[in-house]
Amino acid sequence: MIETRNLVRRFGSFTAVSGVSFRVDRGEVLGFLGPNGAGKSTTMKMITGFLAPTRGTAIVCGHDVTADALAVKERIGYLPEGAPAYPDMTPAGFLSFVAQVRGLAGANRKARIEEVAAMVHLEGVMHQAIETLSKGYKRRVGLAQAILHDPDVLIMDEPTDGLDPNQKHEVRSLIKGMAARKAIILSTHILEEVDAVCTRAIVINRGSIVADGTPEQLRSRSRYHNAVLITINAGTAAGSVRGELERLPGVEEVEDSGSRDGRASLAVIPRRGRSIVEDVGRHARSKGWEVDEIRVDAGRLDEVFRSITARGAGGAR
Amino acid sequence: MNRMLAVFRRELAGYFATPVAYVFIVIFLFVTGVFTFQLGQLYERGQADLRPFFDFHPWLYLFLIPAISMRLWAEERKQGTLELLMTLPIPMAAAVTGKFLAAWVFAGVALALTFPVWITVNVLGSPDNGVIVAAYIGSFLMAGGFLAIGSFVSSLTKNQVIAFVVTVVACFGFLISGYPPVMGFFSGWAPRPVLDAVAGFSFLSHFDAISRGVIDLRDVVFFASLIAAFLFANAVVVEWKKS
Repeated sequence: MIETRNLVRRFGSFTAVSGVSFRVDRGEVLGFLGPNGAGKSTTMKMITGFLAPTRGTAIVCGHDVTADALAVKERIGYLPEGAPAYPDMTPAGFLSFVAQVRGLAGANRKARIEEVAAMVHLEGVMHQAIETLSKGYKRRVGLAQAILHDPDVLIMDEPTDGLDPNQKHEVRSLIKGMAARKAIILSTHILEEVDAVCTRAIVINRGSIVADGTPEQLRSRSRYHNAVLITINAGTAAGSVRGELERLPGVEEVEDSGSRDGRASLAVIPRRGRSIVEDVGRHARSKGWEVDEIRVDAGRLDEVFRSITARGAGGAR
Repeated sequence: MNRMLAVFRRELAGYFATPVAYVFIVIFLFVTGVFTFQLGQLYERGQADLRPFFDFHPWLYLFLIPAISMRLWAEERKQGTLELLMTLPIPMAAAVTGKFLAAWVFAGVALALTFPVWITVNVLGSPDNGVIVAAYIGSFLMAGGFLAIGSFVSSLTKNQVIAFVVTVVACFGFLISGYPPVMGFFSGWAPRPVLDAVAGFSFLSHFDAISRGVIDLRDVVFFASLIAAFLFANAVVVEWKKS
């Protein structure tokens, strides 16, 4: 339902987005990851028809944004970064304005506004000026505006940024509840969000896609993927344990993850993501170590994120 | 059309959502009163017409109209709502005209509320009401011209103060083009047709012509095309400044 074809955007001599292509289908929730200034927002602004691409295009529900931006805008619900809304207006007035623009009329308009207000829990503040609302409520107003016309495509720029954990959870549940019927793109800095709501993630760095896959696939790129975390009674073997684990086949290296209450925790990192938990377990049993805990690490998104975006991090815009 | 109306209604309601509208209207009426009765000596002249009232309009508008127009686009940009507005399915022309018309109607409301002055002269004597209607139309057209310039300037910045000041200066230029300071600047180097063109842009002479009771098509066309030209430039600037 969303397809970008080689999107390029330059600002003067600076290339913010250079050749981004991907597809998002109905039922997918695509997480857009990347450091600040990587080009996430610029890409979203091009898909939503706010910025004209320097080259390339985006196709939304069969409409080319460079040829018929209006048709694209009709089909997209968009929550811009920071959820801007008119501060003097009340949520009721604001949503009524958006509904009017979206072509909702009469009783239908009223019913839909009430329905959406209930979905995002705005009922209590519908007649209060938006500028007097808390950040959480403002974000909900922005969300309500974006889903008012029940769009097939929903694009949200940092929908949970600045919200407290409860509010984040609420917004995520809302997104998950809609996911099956829509194609959704959301950008985020919060990696746990990818696990919480996304079916797929794209990492973008310096204007280009550097990773594209399910959260599991991304995680498997981590050096901690299939690593064995083992906690043992330090008294049992102390020094020799580490050396023995390092000599096991398939083990790349053993990291010390600290010790507490006389127990040492070690991270046994496999070579190229091999599964080594059985070998480690068998070895521990044969040596009679007192093992408190043993578990397999699925991989760490933050570590993957850092390793693929670290090069040239902190760029402008 | 519906979308233009939606923008129009939101914008017009926006004026009344804050005290801005009421403050503006009260000041407008107060200042018109002072100008008309004190400076213009409406009573003392002993003539049943509204010339002193209308003669001050260009100068009143010079400072009051930019106060209406300064927020039109600058505020949207400042609040970040421009991105919202421009990603709603609203054609650019509808957004620009909707906003402009809201400001124009608001100025029209303020102007219409000066009706007690009209009643006064009708009570005191028997003025030529045709002339007065024409002058009201001329004044409204001139307000539209100022607003179009203001809307265009507002789209250039996100700072409302800058929008205000620049609009005042630009409107002043249009007001007095054809008069010594402006003509002095052009004469000597600019060819004759340019001088004529500059002189032709004078709001004062066009307004003066209408307020004498003669609604000449040329004056109407002047204001209409000026409004159209500035709104077009407005749309171009909004599109261009998005990046």
